[in-house]
Amino acid sequence: MPEPKNIEICVLRYHPEHDPEPAWRSYQVPCTDDMSVLQGLQHIKDEIDGTLGFRWSCRMAICGSCGMMVNGKPRLSCQTFLRDLQPGPVRIEALAHLPIERDLIVDVGEFVNKLEAIKPYLIPREPRTLAEGEYLQTPAQLERFEQYTSCINCMLCYAACPEYGLNRDFIGPGVIALLHRYNADSRDGGQAQRQPILNAEEGVWSCMAVGYCSEVCPKQVDPANAVNQNKAVSARDYFLRFLAPKGAAP
Amino acid sequence: MKRSNAPLFWLPFGAGGMLAALTGTMLVFITGIAVPLGWTLRAELMSYPHVLALAQHGWARGLLLAVIALFAWHAVHRIFHSLHDLGIHSGATAKLVCYGGAFALTVITAASLWSIAH
Ligand code: SF4
Ligand code: FES
Repeated sequence: MPEPKNIEICVLRYHPEHDPEPAWRSYQVPCTDDMSVLQGLQHIKDEIDGTLGFRWSCRMAICGSCGMMVNGKPRLSCQTFLRDLQPGPVRIEALAHLPIERDLIVDVGEFVNKLEAIKPYLIPREPRTLAEGEYLQTPAQLERFEQYTSCINCMLCYAACPEYGLNRDFIGPGVIALLHRYNADSRDGGQAQRQPILNAEEGVWSCMAVGYCSEVCPKQVDPANAVNQNKAVSARDYFLRFLAPKGAAP
Repeated sequence: MKRSNAPLFWLPFGAGGMLAALTGTMLVFITGIAVPLGWTLRAELMSYPHVLALAQHGWARGLLLAVIALFAWHAVHRIFHSLHDLGIHSGATAKLVCYGGAFALTVITAASLWSIAH
């Protein structure tokens, strides 16, 4: 086995109960080729400073809990490798635009509230009995929403979005992508209930089509695309509501 | 949640963007480079009588209005949303100046085209 090289990892630390403001602290971490940034942080926590706070669970880009800023870019720390960041130093901060709870842990409350508000579940068009059997869907119908089902709620897109940085009331890329995931599903009939959220200033209309959200998304969800498609839907709803007041959106 | 009036501004912005992408470069090339320098196109192509005739021609007038007005709506929308990056607070005044400008240009263009009609 090759000798591990040391790499310097700088972490923006913040414990609100005694730190007046976040401050950088630097750590020397032995680094092998197969080590992720998350493993670097785990080394710090296990061997150097047990008070370091960060979230993680799956270690395989599935759970969406390990998002942080790595050298200024929103990344999943379990999916980012220290070997690609050599020679360092590597700068780690909490996800941008989100309130820091402690060290690298951000407050996700706002995001969860938004997620709840869009009713992220199938709302059947009409009541259906078990006897009617399962829903059938063509591959084309599946394709309309499948990519949006890949969202893991990691919020990297929120850290990437400059508009969200300016106005945290913006529903934001990830939640709009999930909203679209249900609206675009042939089994769903909930669009009319979700449409008012999209139509608001804080809905699709806060988006300025920067597109960085889609660039940083670790699951190729392309939230910018969902937002853009829904600008067209919302514009149609705006003008057609006079013609067909009930459920004007298709 | 309150419905936004953004579609009123977004639609001409989108239409202008589409039109600019399709015709903008060529228009700049023809009117700004090819004709003045006499490259491939003759200079009298843009002589006053020629252009006047164009501006008086049925659907060409509509096209001129669309190119001028929609380009303007597209431009002001972009400018308005870039103000923040220039350190200008984009409040009601900025909105009025930007979109009011595009509106004024639309009215002036329409009125001018109208006034030179046969
Ligand atoms: S859209 Fe992508 S970046 Fe945004 S929360 Fe979902 S997985 Fe993360
Ligand atoms: S630990 Fe689950 S996504 Fe990184």
